[in-house]
Amino acid sequence: MIRLEMKGITKSFPGVKALDQVDFSVGNQEIHALIGANGAGKSTLMKILAGAYQGYEGEILIDNEEKTILSPVDAKAHGIVIVYQEVDTALVPHLTVAENIMMDEIISPKQKIMISWKKVKKEARRELEALGLDIDVNRLVSDLSLSQKQMVLIGRAVYQKAKFLILDEPTAPLSIEETRKLFKIVKKLKEDGMSIIFISHRLDEVFQISEKITVLRDGQFIGTYNVEDMTIDKIVEKMLGRKLENTFPKHIGDIGEEVLKVDDFSGTGGIHHVNLRLHKGEIIGLAGLVGGGKTELCKLIFGEGTIAQGKIILNGKEVNNKNPAHAVINGFALVPEERRKEGILVHESIEANLTLPTLNKYCNYSFMDRVKMKNISKENIQKIGIKTPNEKQIVANLSGGNQQKVAIGKWLLSDAQIYIFDEPTKGVDVGSKAEIYSLIGELVKEGKSVIYATCEFSEILGLTDRTYVMYNGTIAKELITKDTDEEELLLYSTGGGQNVQKRV
Amino acid sequence: MSKNESKQKIDLFQFFYKYGTILVIVLAVLFFSIRLENFMNFNNITNIFRSVSIVGLIALAITMALTVDGFDLSVGAVAGFASVIAAKIMVIWEMSPVWAITIPLLVGVIVGMVNAFLIIKVGISDMLTTLSMMFLLTGISITFQNGTAIYNYMPLPDNAGIAPGMMHPAYLFIGQGKIFGIPFPVILMLTVVIIVHIFLNYTKYGRYLYMVGGNEEAAKLSGISTKKYRLLAYIFSGFIAALGGLVLGARLGSGEVNAGGSYLMDAVAAAFIGFSVLGIGKANAFGTLLGALLMGVLLNGLIMMDFPYYSQDIVKGIVLIVALGLTYYRKKD
Repeated sequence: MIRLEMKGITKSFPGVKALDQVDFSVGNQEIHALIGANGAGKSTLMKILAGAYQGYEGEILIDNEEKTILSPVDAKAHGIVIVYQEVDTALVPHLTVAENIMMDEIISPKQKIMISWKKVKKEARRELEALGLDIDVNRLVSDLSLSQKQMVLIGRAVYQKAKFLILDEPTAPLSIEETRKLFKIVKKLKEDGMSIIFISHRLDEVFQISEKITVLRDGQFIGTYNVEDMTIDKIVEKMLGRKLENTFPKHIGDIGEEVLKVDDFSGTGGIHHVNLRLHKGEIIGLAGLVGGGKTELCKLIFGEGTIAQGKIILNGKEVNNKNPAHAVINGFALVPEERRKEGILVHESIEANLTLPTLNKYCNYSFMDRVKMKNISKENIQKIGIKTPNEKQIVANLSGGNQQKVAIGKWLLSDAQIYIFDEPTKGVDVGSKAEIYSLIGELVKEGKSVIYATCEFSEILGLTDRTYVMYNGTIAKELITKDTDEEELLLYSTGGGQNVQKRV
Repeated sequence: MSKNESKQKIDLFQFFYKYGTILVIVLAVLFFSIRLENFMNFNNITNIFRSVSIVGLIALAITMALTVDGFDLSVGAVAGFASVIAAKIMVIWEMSPVWAITIPLLVGVIVGMVNAFLIIKVGISDMLTTLSMMFLLTGISITFQNGTAIYNYMPLPDNAGIAPGMMHPAYLFIGQGKIFGIPFPVILMLTVVIIVHIFLNYTKYGRYLYMVGGNEEAAKLSGISTKKYRLLAYIFSGFIAALGGLVLGARLGSGEVNAGGSYLMDAVAAAFIGFSVLGIGKANAFGTLLGALLMGVLLNGLIMMDFPYYSQDIVKGIVLIVALGLTYYRKKD
């Protein structure tokens, strides 16, 4: 029986105390969920355990023996392995699956000068088979899907005989089917004697898979609970320190005339024959699983990609969104799914980000009016509730939820008529989620129209008026939201009728 | 206790990060002023600025490409080519200096457009595109000048006598003239520094260039025509490089392509040293100017102290490493 304990862990960064006297313990073949709002300190705590930081206060005990973990090598020596959300950072894309799984073996000092590739492949294959996976070990990692890459990393952890496996938001990018597969493997690893620490924002999953839940809030330890004693509502309350009021805005605007019509639309990313309509003051949902084509459709409407056929009709007139710049001029706004890569410039200030799409408005003869930009930014920061000391703050220093508010906020200043949101609450904590929903509620109240793409069906049900379910690059079904439910959404987003799937 | 220490350490590093480059310039000037009595007189200072003016201009050309996270290795060749065209126009073709100034600048713009086309549309990496362009332009220049430099009274091939035309004084003024005792190239370079600075920091175009350089995808999805602004950056790069070439040609009183190439590496160094000035961490006009000045001061001082010429490159290398170290060391975390 192996037990890992972290006691009184404190970690400070310049200006912030990320963790304050946090206790955490896991052991005995346990699946232990670590949850908290963004900025609660989950990742910091796990990074300490994985040796990503060179200093911390407090002690780490393994079987009551104090251990110091100052580097990933220390962590591995104690059997602690972490699989980060960004799987690509830990993989070498142009090497094969076998080489990636066996990487630690290959680079270990014990490795002989000549490598036996036959042996490497054999052992990698055995590892994958033990996990019940069917991945060709000769394939290049760059050709794998995201979930397969995760599996390669888990395979590597197993090969290292990890005793503690940390999964940092592993399900965020996965489809339902892939999540189910992952959970099956996680349960198997547990039976084989591993303890798993599972970080997630998806509370329903947390309740499905884990036995214990530890909640952090603002760098403080709130408590460790048995799953049987908790409900989602209670956990949310612990995470927020208050009761969560109705998340979705109650009143949705008055729905007016048709403003947007997408007609027999095909193009980049396998989008084909899409038809949809959007009215003034309406929120339509694009429901679908990962890979269903939501992101591709959102981008295509916004002019990113090549339109093969079909047209976009705005206010009765055909518009040509041949690139995003044109789309913006035509009155479209997109909050893209990949926030840090596409939505914001992380190394720039909040002000620079907020004023970017509307820069023309604050210019006199192309010269920027800095005072105006500052005031507008301040006003907007307050309006959308971005938590920051000032408008000059670099966006990279904000929490995920606040970054997303910047990505949304920059469009609120524009005269856009059609707002497209692609998974705007992905990786965002519960509190910020509610704020984002209410921002969207404000938009439609002002008479704007919203396309809301998400794979979280609860959001579709809570937020939208009408829903288009996407499957395989096209609209599989149009539904009136108040007459549908998660079952039905799932049915159509998995290919309609033939095989109904449920989460795990 | 330990917290205070680490805070002090951070502050000290912050200080060097922001003011390190300026501090080095000040220290170098102080050192040379004390050791050399002739260092701090007007003539020598003017001399330093004049020697820096061509590198400065070519470095500003690179700076423009760097703002969009691109690169331009062709600037030295563009400068050389510009000087050759200008000389040929006046000395061989006997045309007016107006053409000798406008045509090379136009050629600079066209080279920038071709670079941008190859990088943006064809998709060759910026480094390789401009490397190819560097070779291409050098080759074209040498062909164009029949293998020799072009200068006044030069003998023509095939015993055709001497060149008919002359470098016009108005053209030579660009490289050799003075206004109130200040060399014209220095005035020109400082003017371009100020214009580029204003353009990059106070106009929306400059903001767009930096945003495209910061994250092209995010900039594009914010509605910026990223291709247009990358094109713009390379056009400016070509134009400013050609301007540097005119100064070079007028200074030498001749047109020779190889004269431009030797400025390339110094200009690259100046632009990158510029990153570290005031801890800005990205390409900027004043930083580039200070980068060029820093190297100019060091070289001038070392030459006056009778350092062997080969030590110059050692000094340049060290300065560049320190400046880049300051910039990138902090970027790590």
